[in-house]
Parts: sequence; structure tokens; C-alpha cells
Amino acid sequence: MIYTLKRLGLAILVALAVSMLSFTLLHLSGDPASAIAGESATDADIAAIRAFYGFDRPLIVQYADWLFSALRGDFGESYYFQLPVAQLIGDRLSITMTLGICGITFAILTAVPLGVAAAVRPNSMIDRVALFISVMGQAMPSFWFGLVLVVIFSIKFRLLPPSGTDGWQNFVMPTVVLGYYAMPAIMRLTRAGMLDVLSADYVRTARAKGASEMRVMFKHALRNAIIPVVSLSAVQMGFMLGGSIVVESIFALHGAGYLAWESIGRNDLPTVQALILIFALFYIVFTFLSDLLNAWLDPRMRVG
Amino acid sequence: MDNILSVRDLRVDIPLAGGTLHAVRGLNFDLARGETLCIVGESGSGKSLTSLAIMGLLPKMAQRRADKLEFSGIDLSSAKNRQMRSLRGDRISMIFQEPMTSLNPAYTIGDQLTEALLLHRKVGRKAAEARAIELLEKVGITAAASRLEQYPHQLSGGLRQRVMIAMALMAEPDLIIADEPTTALDVTIQAQILRLLVDLQREMNMAMILITHDLGVVARVADKVAIMYAGEVIESGSSKDVFTAPQHPYTRGLLRCIPVPGKTKPGEHLGSIPGIVPSLIGKTQGCAFRGRCDVAIDACAHDIPERASVEGHLYRCVHDNSQTQFSASGEINTTSQSEGRL
Amino acid sequence: MAKTIETVEAALSGPTPGQVLRGRIFGHRGLMFGGVVLAAICIVALLAPVLAPHDPYSQNLLARMQPPVWFDKGTWDHPLGTDHLGRDYLSRLIYGARISLLIGGVAALISGLIGTLMGVAAGYFGGKVDTVVTFIINVRLAMPVVLVALAVVAVFGGSLQVVILVLGLLLWDRFAVVMRSSTQQLRSMEYVNAARAIGCSTSRIVFSEIMPNIVNSLIVVVTLEMAHAILLEAALSFLGLGVQPPTPSWGLMVAEGKKMLLFEPWLIAIPGVALFVLVLVINLLGDGLRDVSAPENRN
Repeated sequence: MIYTLKRLGLAILVALAVSMLSFTLLHLSGDPASAIAGESATDADIAAIRAFYGFDRPLIVQYADWLFSALRGDFGESYYFQLPVAQLIGDRLSITMTLGICGITFAILTAVPLGVAAAVRPNSMIDRVALFISVMGQAMPSFWFGLVLVVIFSIKFRLLPPSGTDGWQNFVMPTVVLGYYAMPAIMRLTRAGMLDVLSADYVRTARAKGASEMRVMFKHALRNAIIPVVSLSAVQMGFMLGGSIVVESIFALHGAGYLAWESIGRNDLPTVQALILIFALFYIVFTFLSDLLNAWLDPRMRVG
Repeated sequence: MDNILSVRDLRVDIPLAGGTLHAVRGLNFDLARGETLCIVGESGSGKSLTSLAIMGLLPKMAQRRADKLEFSGIDLSSAKNRQMRSLRGDRISMIFQEPMTSLNPAYTIGDQLTEALLLHRKVGRKAAEARAIELLEKVGITAAASRLEQYPHQLSGGLRQRVMIAMALMAEPDLIIADEPTTALDVTIQAQILRLLVDLQREMNMAMILITHDLGVVARVADKVAIMYAGEVIESGSSKDVFTAPQHPYTRGLLRCIPVPGKTKPGEHLGSIPGIVPSLIGKTQGCAFRGRCDVAIDACAHDIPERASVEGHLYRCVHDNSQTQFSASGEINTTSQSEGRL
Repeated sequence: MAKTIETVEAALSGPTPGQVLRGRIFGHRGLMFGGVVLAAICIVALLAPVLAPHDPYSQNLLARMQPPVWFDKGTWDHPLGTDHLGRDYLSRLIYGARISLLIGGVAALISGLIGTLMGVAAGYFGGKVDTVVTFIINVRLAMPVVLVALAVVAVFGGSLQVVILVLGLLLWDRFAVVMRSSTQQLRSMEYVNAARAIGCSTSRIVFSEIMPNIVNSLIVVVTLEMAHAILLEAALSFLGLGVQPPTPSWGLMVAEGKKMLLFEPWLIAIPGVALFVLVLVINLLGDGLRDVSAPENRN
């Protein structure tokens, strides 16, 4: 319990530090007021905007102001849309979350069976195929992989829409691209874990009890090998949501990542600021969850 | 007496990059219900592989061959995986060397104890748990019912080995193989665990193969003894015969390594056997012990006859040693102490 | 007994450690392939002005989007064709290797310096230093790299220097994590205790006892992060917020080719494959080095 509280406190501190850091970085960019006002604005216009948004105050005051509003769920107003950022992001977040969940599911469903199969027969054909797939996945730029899929499935075979957010078909290719990004690490860890566990004494004990190979593999071995895989997957999920910006922009999937990309181009500071914090929070929450999951899965981690 | 296990010319080969490792080379023995056979040998002499070969649990790359490998009328050497599985944990059980790592950390003691019974018998969870509690009490574990909910990491090494023993006995096997069950434990606990094992074996009238390198243990519990050296049984017989009249120079050497209360004087060197075990890769001919043997002659490099001193007491040596008398003080030879540190 | 001694000596006097290491390096196919191809790419990048058939920046609007030589209309004048501005694709590809290697190399160097310093300090001193460094690592891991890099590059402008600096300042986390745990392991070793016991200074212990023993894992992380930086630069440039046109960055080439995706897919295929091969060989080299330096950790 104390451990959990400590972790929680640390997570909050990390979130604070991230927000402070990104706030400072973004506000170093010179004068946001002139960026908002546009090129034809007069000095008086700029001064008025500066006063309106409070850019003339010290940075630390601006940060504190932003932080306390943010804690109430108020992330300010988008310069571009003239809408509350919270409202803007809310709509987009569900798309990114859907994509993230589909992506990690795809990654786990391909990586774990492949990793197990590779570990059961090391140096076999299937092991080589698994290794090949993971090496490819690590070297392939995801934006390029996305385009290749578009060429094949949208242009050549006309099976899937190349872009948009209209139906489930729009999520197929982004899911594959995002999932393939997380897959190699999960597969390698599954394989290494299974190899380790399969040579463990307790697996031999299970065999000595007359358990079938399937039972040995899934009940005794995988149950132990999967523990680190689960926590890795949770962490990867956090990374993936942050990386969805590339995937969403390729497929014009109008999620939070796409919004972030557009907002950076539009110099829409409040939106970018809020999105960085939200993606950081995703990562923090998922690492926190992974710790809890770990404790739940591994009896040795449970205290008491 | 009917033999429950009968082994003839058991061989285990392991193909390696540098040639084939002949790890077990032609083992013979018989074991009847209620009997204890102790297999004694140094590390690498093939005793653990022998037990795994009987269980059918050898590593994948190892190859097993035998003229006869029969367990209560079933030919194990031709048994299918499915049949072996139905024997393991039910009629043949095994206790391993490492209690710390032989239990699955992810499951409770109760889960692991009841598994074999649930796999092999048509019993319900309740009945299996009752049996588990009964056995935990039998192996001397207090508060047995509450232990079922515990995880292995919550138990000490001694307790875990008791659990392992209880686990092996769940289905009342006919044969139990214990591979150095006490080596990983504290010296004070070793004796308790061994006593327990032997008592239970007698009580349940099981056959037991006890693998060990501790001759003191053997003297106390064995009915039969097989001394293994470099993959071969170099001497075997009833415990009494082997201990009172050891025939092979290696056995004699081993016995000299044990301090005898009252006879070994304080400060006196115990015996030691100089040299190292030869490599078993490739073809081996003659006596594997000849490089370390004090009475080796040229003939030792050729085939060695198997001799019998008395009925059932066999040994492999060029010399007919039954004429030379053995003495525990080691007058045959103790000159090569220094070479022992090679 | 002399015979026994001979056999023991014969068994012990195998190949020397150097021979063993050389044997492992040359016997490792991935490592050899990765090393040779990476060396080749480096040579091509170095000799770009000599090897490139054309100026990578010179436009020829009359010869736009000529296909590579293996298509019907391709010519040997432009072996890989020309882009939408009529620039020679092969020359841009060759100069692009310079950009990728430069960014990967320098970013890995910067992040390696920062991360190693932090990791070794945390691992060696422990206590408060460790707490602080671990916290900084956590903060860094929580920052969404792509998003932050994009935002910062957008603020400071997409010059080569800014991109390198941003990546260098962002990608040190793995160095810190790996170096921290390696140093922690080493610190409790007997020989480090011994050095401390005879009164060696901290800097002496770190440089002569710790560093030589973590350099293997350091090299492996360098390759990983170099590949990571190259991929990230390409992604940033692809999103239009990395290196700016007309610089011949491979990521930018893919982005420019994207507009012609429908008709000229080779425009994205060529720089994409180049990126893939470069990252692949760096990863193979890294994996190979890890196998060779610690064969017991293979699998």
C-alpha cells in the first residue's frame, strides 16, 4: 500500500515536471502574441493581444495560471479554432485511444504466439521467420510502411480506404502500422522469457507430474514468461499513443495525434501544450498500471 | 521377489559438436517393490541422466537406448509419450535436487500439490485438497490446511523440499526417484528430510532410487548400491556386500574418503582420489578409471571383464580383487596425495 | 602422471582470447553483413561529391519525374530517375546518406555523453544522486518524443543543427538506464572495492575500473540510438517539421514522393528502402556486437 502511494506520488511529480518543461520550451519561442496577430498586425494590435492573453506576465506566473486551470480541466482556448482546448481534444482522444487499443491488441496477438513458437523450437524455421519479422519491424520507418500499405491495399487492390475516419476500415492499416511498431520488442521478450522458463526446474517438475506438453507450455511456462511481457506491453501502449502522431498523419485519421501535428503547424500553443501533457499522462498512467499488473501477476511481488 | 523396474544395457548418448558424449554406458539393475537402490557417483558420472532416462524426461538432444527398460511389465523404451505421461506423476514420481526452483512461483502450493492427482485420477478438487493436507501433515508440515494457499516463495528451502516430497507421493506411486534430494539444503535439515523420505518409502512400500554422492547416506538407507564412474556402473551389489567388501579400486578409494568415528585420528588426512574424470566424448575403451588408479596395468586399456565376488556383487576390473583384503585405514595406497590437486 | 598433465595442458591451451574473439566476429553473419554494408554506406556518403553523377540541388523542370533505368523510359543519365523538380534521384539519395549518418552519429554522440554521464553518476554514487537521475529519466520517458521534437523544431526552425540538437537532447534515456544498471553491478564487484580500499580516487576508479567494463554495452546502445535517431529524423522530416527542403533528407524525399504516390510509387520506394537498409545494418551490427561481447547472453 505504501509502495503504491509512493509510486503514485512519483507519477504526479513526473507529470508536473513534464508539463513545466514543455511549457517553458514552447514559451521560449519568442513572442507568441505576434504569431497570433499575424504579419499584418500593428504594434498596438500585438500589445493588445499580449495583454489579453497575459503574455506580459512572468513565465512562472503564466505557468502557475495554466496549471491551476488545467487541474480544473480548463486548458485554455485554442488560438486557431477559438474553442476550449478541452472540448477540442475530447472528441479526438477517443479515436487515438481506439487506435492505441487496436494497435496493442494486434501487437500482442501476433507477438506472443510467434515468440512462444520461436522459443519452443529455437533455431527452427519458425524461429528464423519470427526473428526476420522482428528485425524488419525494427528497421522499417513506420511512415514508410504506412505508405507501402496504402499503395498495396488502397491503390492496387482497392480494399481499404487510404485516409479518413469514417468506419472501421479506416482503422485497419493504422492498427497494423502502429502494432508492428510495438511488436518486435514484445516478441523478443516473449521468446527470451519462454526460453528461460522452459529450462526452469519447475517446468521439469510439471513434466514429471505427467502434464501434457500443452499444459506445461501454457499453464506452467507461459504464465511465468508473460509477466514481464504484460508490463512491457503497458509501457509500449504509452509509447504508442505518443507515436500515433505519425500514423494518424499518414492516414489522415483525425485523432489527437493528427490534431497535435496540425496545431504545431498552426502555432496553436494551448492545444500543443495540452496534448503534450495528455500524452505524457498516458505514459505515466500506463507505467503505473503496469506496475500494479506486475504485482498482481507475480505472487513474489505481492507484499504481505 | 517380482521386479518392478528392470534395466538392461541402458545407454544415453548426447551428440555434441566435438563428437558424441556417451554419458551413460550400459547400465543394468533390477529393483523390487519396497527396495531402495542407491546410485552413487561424482558429478558428471551420469547418475542424474539415468534417472531422467527412466522418467523419459531427457533433454531433447539426448538419445536413449536400452535392451530392456521395463516398469511393472510395461516396456518404457517403446512407450508412447501419452503412455509415459500417464505413468509419470501417477506410478513413477520424481523428487528433484533444487527445491528452491522446482516449484512454480506463480501457483499456490495447493494448486501444485493437487495437480498430479487431478491429472491422473477422477477425483474432485475437494478430495484432492484433502489428500494434499493429509500428505503435508505426513511430511511434517504444521498448519497444513493454511499452507495450501501459500506461494513457494513464502516457504523455506527445507519446507519446499517437504512439499516436493508430498507432491511426489500424492498418487501413491510404485516407484519414486529422488535425485540428490538433500544436497541443496542445510546440513542440519538434510538428515531430517532423508529420514522422512526413507520412512515414507517403507511405510508405503514403494521402490526407490536414491541418487546421491554421499556415501554416509547410502550406508544407512540402501538395500542395493550401484557405484557409477564415467557413465558406467563399476560396482554393484547389496549394500552390505559393497560396504564390507568393496572390490573396485574406485569404490575402495571412495570409502577411504569417509571419516570413520573412532578410527580416523584428528589431523589425519582423509583419503582422496587423484586426477580428473576423463572425457566421455568419442569412443572410450577399457577402464575409465585407469588414469587415476594406483593398480592400473596395460591390460586396463582393453576390454574389462565383469566379475562377481559373491552372488549379485558385480564389479568391473582387470584384477580379481576378491583375494586382496580391504582395510579402511587405506594401506593399499595413499602415496599420491599431491597429485590430487592437479 | 606426466601424461595427465600433458592432456590437461592440451585441453587448456586452446586458441588465445584474441583468436576466439576474431573467430566470433568473422563467424557471425549478421555482424559481418551489418559491418560491411554500413562501411560501404559510410564510404559512399564520404565520397558523395565524387560518386554523385549530378548536383543534388540542380533542378531541371524539363526532365521531371523520369523513371529509374529499369523502367521502359528510364535512361542511364539518371539511373534512379528524377524527382518532381527534375533533380537527379541517385545524387539526392547519395547526399541523403550524409544527412542520415551525420544526424544519427552526432545525435548518438550527444545523447551518449549526457546519458552515460548521468547513468554512471547515478550508478556509482547511488543515494540522492541516483534518486535525482532516476527522476529525470522518468520525466524524459514520459515526454512523447515525436510530439516534443516536432514542437521544439517548429519553435526553433528546422535547420540541420536544431534537429541534431533536439534529437541528441531527447534520446539519452536508454544510455542512462543501461549505464546506470551496469555501473551498479560493477560497483559492488570485489576489484572495485579493492581499488577503493587502496585509496584510488573516484575519477580513477570510474575511468580505469568502471568505464572499460561498460564500454561493450555502451557501443551496443550507441548503435541502437543511432538507428533510433535516423528513424526519428526521417519521421520529423516526413511530417514537414524536420530538416527543410531542399536538403536531400530521405524522410523528406518520401514526403515529397507521397504526392505522386498514385502514379510513381518508386519515388517513395527508393528512399524508403535506403532508410530501411541503413537502419537494418546498424541494428544487425548492434545485435552482432552484443552477441560477440557477451555470447552467454545469446538468444
